Amino acid sequence: MKLELQGITKVFGSLVANDHIDLVVEPGEIHALLGENGAGKSTLMNVLYGLYDPSEGQILLDDVPQRFNGPGDAVAAGIGMVHQHFMLVPVFTVAESVALGYEPAGPAGVLEMAKARQHVLEISERFGFEIDPDAKIEDLPVGVQQRVEIIKALSRDAKVLILDEPTAVLTPQETDELINIMGELKESGTSIVFITHKLREVRAIADRITVIRRGKVVGEASPTSTETELASLMVGRSVSLAVDKEPAEPGDVAFELDKLTVLGSTGTPVVDKVKLKVAAGEIVCLAGVQGNGQSELAEAILGLADTDGGAIRLDGEDLAGKSVRERLEAGIGFVPEDRSTDGAIADFSIAENLVLDLYNTEEFSRGVSLSPSKVAANANVRTEEFDVRFTDIHDKISTLSGGNAQKVVLAREMSRPLRLFVASQPTRGLDVGSIEFVHKRIVAERDKGTPVIIVSTELDEVVSLADRIAVMYRGKIVGIVDVAKAGPMGVNRDVLGLMMAGVSLADAEAQIAKDASATTPKSDEEVPS
Amino acid sequence: MSTSTVTEPVPDTEVDEAVVGKINYRAPIVNALAALITLLVFGMGPTADAETTFQVSSGSTMFSIPNISLPSLITILVLGFVQLGAAAYALVLVRARRTVPVWLHIIVGLAFVISFLVYAGAGRSSVIPVTTLLAGALALSVPLIFGAMSGVVCERSGVINIAIEGQLLIGAFAAAAIASRFASSYAGLVAAPIAGAMVGALLAWFAVRFQVNQIIVGVVLNTLVIGLTGFLFSTVMSDDAALWNARQPLSTIKIPLLSEIPIIGPVLFQQTILVYLMYVIVIVLQFMLFRSRWGLRTRAVGEYPKAADTVGIKVNTRRVWNVIMAGAIAGLGGAFFSIGSGLAFGREMSAGQGYIALAAMILGKWNPKLAVVAALLFGFSRNLGNVLSSIGSAVPSELLLMLPYIITILAVAGFVGKVRGPAAAGTPYTKS
Repeated sequence: MKLELQGITKVFGSLVANDHIDLVVEPGEIHALLGENGAGKSTLMNVLYGLYDPSEGQILLDDVPQRFNGPGDAVAAGIGMVHQHFMLVPVFTVAESVALGYEPAGPAGVLEMAKARQHVLEISERFGFEIDPDAKIEDLPVGVQQRVEIIKALSRDAKVLILDEPTAVLTPQETDELINIMGELKESGTSIVFITHKLREVRAIADRITVIRRGKVVGEASPTSTETELASLMVGRSVSLAVDKEPAEPGDVAFELDKLTVLGSTGTPVVDKVKLKVAAGEIVCLAGVQGNGQSELAEAILGLADTDGGAIRLDGEDLAGKSVRERLEAGIGFVPEDRSTDGAIADFSIAENLVLDLYNTEEFSRGVSLSPSKVAANANVRTEEFDVRFTDIHDKISTLSGGNAQKVVLAREMSRPLRLFVASQPTRGLDVGSIEFVHKRIVAERDKGTPVIIVSTELDEVVSLADRIAVMYRGKIVGIVDVAKAGPMGVNRDVLGLMMAGVSLADAEAQIAKDASATTPKSDEEVPS
Repeated sequence: MSTSTVTEPVPDTEVDEAVVGKINYRAPIVNALAALITLLVFGMGPTADAETTFQVSSGSTMFSIPNISLPSLITILVLGFVQLGAAAYALVLVRARRTVPVWLHIIVGLAFVISFLVYAGAGRSSVIPVTTLLAGALALSVPLIFGAMSGVVCERSGVINIAIEGQLLIGAFAAAAIASRFASSYAGLVAAPIAGAMVGALLAWFAVRFQVNQIIVGVVLNTLVIGLTGFLFSTVMSDDAALWNARQPLSTIKIPLLSEIPIIGPVLFQQTILVYLMYVIVIVLQFMLFRSRWGLRTRAVGEYPKAADTVGIKVNTRRVWNVIMAGAIAGLGGAFFSIGSGLAFGREMSAGQGYIALAAMILGKWNPKLAVVAALLFGFSRNLGNVLSSIGSAVPSELLLMLPYIITILAVAGFVGKVRGPAAAGTPYTKS
């Protein structure tokens, strides 16, 4: 089916999220929609899927104008969508999830679950998914949940499939499998709109690329363009994708985790006897697919998660069992994963958010009263230093863009003399400019001789920022890759990818070496170290 | 380039004990506690030759069963050791990290209750009337069961229903007034669910349309109903009680054959149509919630409304209709207070049962079947207090009044695992 968007405009209040966007997706084409976070990609797709009403413009399917009053209409017209955050009820089975909304039912609406199961099995067999229709969604790994979403769309005869940031939660290997699946779908005549901000994937799979910036189509690109070309089109200026940094000069071990264990709500370990040593002046990145214990590990270091065994030693002193305040006073700077809920208090002003951890120190208070002038003065200095763009320091922090809000959090956490810096997903959802800035500050902190731990699920970020990469899988560190020891081509991503699926470093390297000798490596791929 | 002095941590190769979750000793502890109370408190009561007599049959059954006399002390000791054995078995199970089966809890619960009855009736001339005890328990449970079903329908679709209390009360009022006005108890049976549905509609209007905090709306509606029915009771109803508040009891219908079965017959099958309707509602709800299109969509709307929206389910419409239906169910249950019990309407006659129904729903994990069991537990413990004080038991009546609440605490502490309600209950849905 041919899909055409003509002059789609969507306005939220004063914000123009989509500004006269034109897009044509030919039948059986994989069309990538490339743009930064906040460029308006998801808004556009929600318009297409009937979740939002467009303020202007129209949608045509096979040249027939469409009017969608809700997702139901879009689905009926043959549009399927796999959302970034899966639209699956965690307590339902696979068959129930696929059937929901289109249930095969007999008299009085009694479900015919046998039919629903059969339906799942048929589609699952056609694409070799191997999915148990009676498995509960919450027990399935995210990669499999995504396949359930794809089955859901296909079971409604989707002719146009929208994939919204489908690779964000996948390991590199799962991503490869997804790319294969997309190829098969294309063969069977399905058009695919593939939304992403990851350049590598776009080049691997797309037939055509449309780039969106600030709600506008800024151009089409060919899949043969280089990553740098695509990036500058996406951002609107030339960008350097590599982090500019000197080799690390690590000192002595300053921070150590010894058999650190954190139990989850079900009593099973989410962080499983983790041993890790971090030297002064080096950046250790904890890589891994989301949900393998990295977040809990970071929270345990600050004391936000209770530990169930093991030691956390900072300069020889065990912090396990100490309160969060004691740990902050010991010199830990911490940037939490979810900036909007944990990193800042949305209804507090920028100035107040900058002293959340210092409000009770002599610097800002006298007795029980806070000194507003000193808080304001501090805010002026910090925002200047960290290049925060704002209208007034007394505005709520929620008025800032993601990048600026994150700079406020960094400014607060880095304003004290640190003995350890921990950041979880420090650049999630930021624009390229802010990412560069955040990376620069993190490297600067390292160069001051602070041990740094970064949790990130973005492989690009991990590879460019880390001095050493510790890969976590199911609560354990499966191996540590020393970036300095990697060859001139850098760290092999395929090795990291296998490790993220639980393969040990040695096995992963052996496997990649074997694969490489079996097939001639393409010139633009990294050589195993 | 690499001047690293850092020793790389090698992957953990030491063989050490697996890290596993903490063992939850709640089940064996609660079971052992029940056993100890049985042996040390109940066991100390009766003298060696005391007997406890249970009256099993009631006059109307086809088969006549003689009273059963048990030697008090021996019975208590045997039941106490049964509970102790169950506690030991539970301990073995949890140490082996296996789950403790439900039947074990049921055995302990039954043994505890029976030994309490034996203790309370030991050495007395009066008998313990088993049929009366159970029939009364069911009667006290009826409004609770209706209320809990109302809560299940409402919360499964994502709206918290604190207004069960108000819906029960207005049901009782409407049933009494309309039955009296038209001199037909069946007219009251029609009016009660309509009145309850109206309160449900108000709840839906505020909670879904205006997204007011659902708990606050519920409490306000309860206050509104108390005020409204109280006002009408002291004005219209008192002015012409013969017209507006005359007793119109629903008649008892005996189901042929079934009502002749000893114990079960008189308890379950000599009831009014309201109780038979309750059986139907529970069974239909249990089936529909988990096996029908309506149930699947309702649960989706209560767990993850956005997911439901993306497959074309109208979340708020579904919620509104379910809340109204839940109101109707609770309203019908309210009729039990007035016409179902053969009484005229009395001020605040629901007496907080709506809140207990809510507790039964939570105790029953938002599952109709289990909520019925929980409601029966409350009804039984309340009636146990009534029956024991009427046969003149040694146990002080104030203590007996506490029974339902003690049982609630024990049940919540010991027998219910982690409860997880519908994820989106209480959260209004808006398209973002």
